[in-house]
Amino acid sequence: MLVIKNLHVSVRDKKQDVKTILQGINLTIKAGEVHAIMGPNGSGKSTLANVLAGREGYDITQGEILLNGENIIEMLPEMRAAKGLFLAFQYPVEIPGVNNMYFLKAALNSLRKHHDLPPLDAMDFLKLAKKKIKEVGMDEQLLSRAVNEGFSGGEKKRNEIFQMLMLEPTLAILDEIDSGLDIDALQKVAAGINLLRRPDRSIVMVTHYQRLLNEVVPDVVHVMVNGKIIKSGGKELAFELEEKGYGWLGVDENIT
Amino acid sequence: MTNQYVKELVNKNYEHGFVTTIDSDTFEPGLSEAVVRAISKRKNEPDFMLQWRLKAYQHWLTLSPPEWAHLTYPAIDYQKMIYYSAPKVKKGPNSLDEVDPKLLETYKKLGIPLHEQGRLAGVAVDAVFDSVSVATTFKAKLGEAGVIFSSFSEAVQTHPELVEKYLGTVVSFRDNFFAALNAAVFSDGSFVYIPRAVRCPMELSTYFRINAANTGQFERTLIIADDQSYVSYLEGCTAPMRDENQLHAAVVELIAMDNAEIKYSTVQNWYPGDAEGRGGIFNFVTKRGQCRGKKSKISWTQIETGSAITWKYPSVILKGDESVGEFYSVALTNNHQQADTGTKMIHIGKNTRSTILSKGISAGFGQNTYRGLVRVLPQADNARNHTQCESLLLGPTCGAHTVPYIEVKNCTAQIEHEATTSKIGDDQLFYCLSRGFSKENAIAMIVNGFCKRIFNELPMEFAVEAQKLLEVSLEGSVG
Repeated sequence: MLVIKNLHVSVRDKKQDVKTILQGINLTIKAGEVHAIMGPNGSGKSTLANVLAGREGYDITQGEILLNGENIIEMLPEMRAAKGLFLAFQYPVEIPGVNNMYFLKAALNSLRKHHDLPPLDAMDFLKLAKKKIKEVGMDEQLLSRAVNEGFSGGEKKRNEIFQMLMLEPTLAILDEIDSGLDIDALQKVAAGINLLRRPDRSIVMVTHYQRLLNEVVPDVVHVMVNGKIIKSGGKELAFELEEKGYGWLGVDENIT
Repeated sequence: MTNQYVKELVNKNYEHGFVTTIDSDTFEPGLSEAVVRAISKRKNEPDFMLQWRLKAYQHWLTLSPPEWAHLTYPAIDYQKMIYYSAPKVKKGPNSLDEVDPKLLETYKKLGIPLHEQGRLAGVAVDAVFDSVSVATTFKAKLGEAGVIFSSFSEAVQTHPELVEKYLGTVVSFRDNFFAALNAAVFSDGSFVYIPRAVRCPMELSTYFRINAANTGQFERTLIIADDQSYVSYLEGCTAPMRDENQLHAAVVELIAMDNAEIKYSTVQNWYPGDAEGRGGIFNFVTKRGQCRGKKSKISWTQIETGSAITWKYPSVILKGDESVGEFYSVALTNNHQQADTGTKMIHIGKNTRSTILSKGISAGFGQNTYRGLVRVLPQADNARNHTQCESLLLGPTCGAHTVPYIEVKNCTAQIEHEATTSKIGDDQLFYCLSRGFSKENAIAMIVNGFCKRIFNELPMEFAVEAQKLLEVSLEGSVG
């Protein structure tokens, strides 16, 4: 599904000084797998998520990102979306005056167009939306509000999962989907993610906490520090991290 | 990435830039008392009109153009301009069959349903081509309701008493330089009278078109809503693409009596000039409504996407107790367009209320200024105003400015003013792209969302048009 080879990424700050963030990431995610990426703040996890989705402003100095065998480094974000890639944002963006339902219907139909499918009409779309919104325990009324405008933190995160279930990506990247959620909301979000799990789909979860991984059990856990994956293992690695912190891996815990 | 997108989105061609070749009766360029007299004579006007024009002309000679607006443009040579140009007809047209087919074709190209077959659209149209009105539709049906809707010239002939009673009572020829010029040389426009307790059975609409070269367009609209009546009025404008600038200096006067309501909507799409800022219409317009009666209401909604220069402040004088004034505006400036626009709300009566909601969008090298006055006079107890100005910047080379004036002489007044300026964020854009939207669709969607509350104020058929117009005007501003 996804193969990342020796990926080096840097950014320029306001003084135009170059700062290297990712220093040779190697990662292989097979179809049907769920991977968790953990690590201290500032280790490059969100950068990796954004680079995968095609955000501008990053210099990719080395390496390849292969999605189903195709190098997507030069590909526009909307094309990556069409190829089945979905990023759930750490901080979902508000779009005032744009109806949530309109937004989602237009997004879904633009993806369908890429796959030569006819657009869903309003009735079919509404039926589908009402079904999916129940699955994430979101208030139906949020459908008729503007995208994320005035949503609580938990509602925004659930809206991301709702979008994901509607758009049915083959590779979902979830950037700290669990941050700022209370325990009930976390369970709803986790249930939504589990619904997406299928042998032909893969999920990458960037997270700080073990508690999400109790609900969505990963196949592989990676620890990322200073732009490198320094350790990978099974789900038990997450327990170890929760218990011991990052110190035992030889990492200065005050890295920011 | 926003900047790049914006460049692409802003440059789409102007669709209405064609010229109609038509035989016309056109004056020599230049302005003098003789020209004013000739216009009045050509229109076969009664003496009170001629005298009024002459007074306006004499007053105009003492004035100089206003310089306080945040606008830069070359001085206009008023002697080089043509003040009267009319399509040639033997007599005034009595029905559409007598209108030059070329004119009808022009309006068809512009999508204006002049023929009564356009009945489905449910809009009565008065069309002004260069200096004169060429056709007014649905007259019979409106007549049954007692509504008078005709060209201004016709109203001068058929209802001189109404014209004499109301003309210039809201916008005096002494008001400003362009109002004086308009009063002296205006050649046509629309006239509406809604009798007592009549709800006008359809939307009324005027469509303005400048065709001839070097011609100024000076039209005048006068709308009177008698006690307990209601009317919704729409105005649309286009012009051919020409390298030189053309002047449009219109005056609109609205009068609402007791419990009457006037809703006035404009979609202004005059030729904005090319990407380098050559050509385009200079739009200097005085629009004002007077809530003369108690509990009357006047509401202005404007979508301003065209013109090289826009100088326009649709205002409401809240004279009647408990009267209401509203101003909803979207002004878009792209390339080298400049807009200095806003409103004036003058509170005179007691318990008067006004609302101002202004949205400015700037792209390219566009400069967009909101200029608004809220004035509460000493006798205006319990006046309320809420003003909200929001600006959206697309790219690093455009500008947005907000210049509010607030003058309160009564301590019971409550005035609120909010202003915000934002950029289309890279975050917003990336969010949309990551969901599969193209850049262009994403920007159009975000901008439309920004304008949503204004579009909601427009009559249905106009709201759709306005939304499309905005997308077209922004196309190419992203790249």
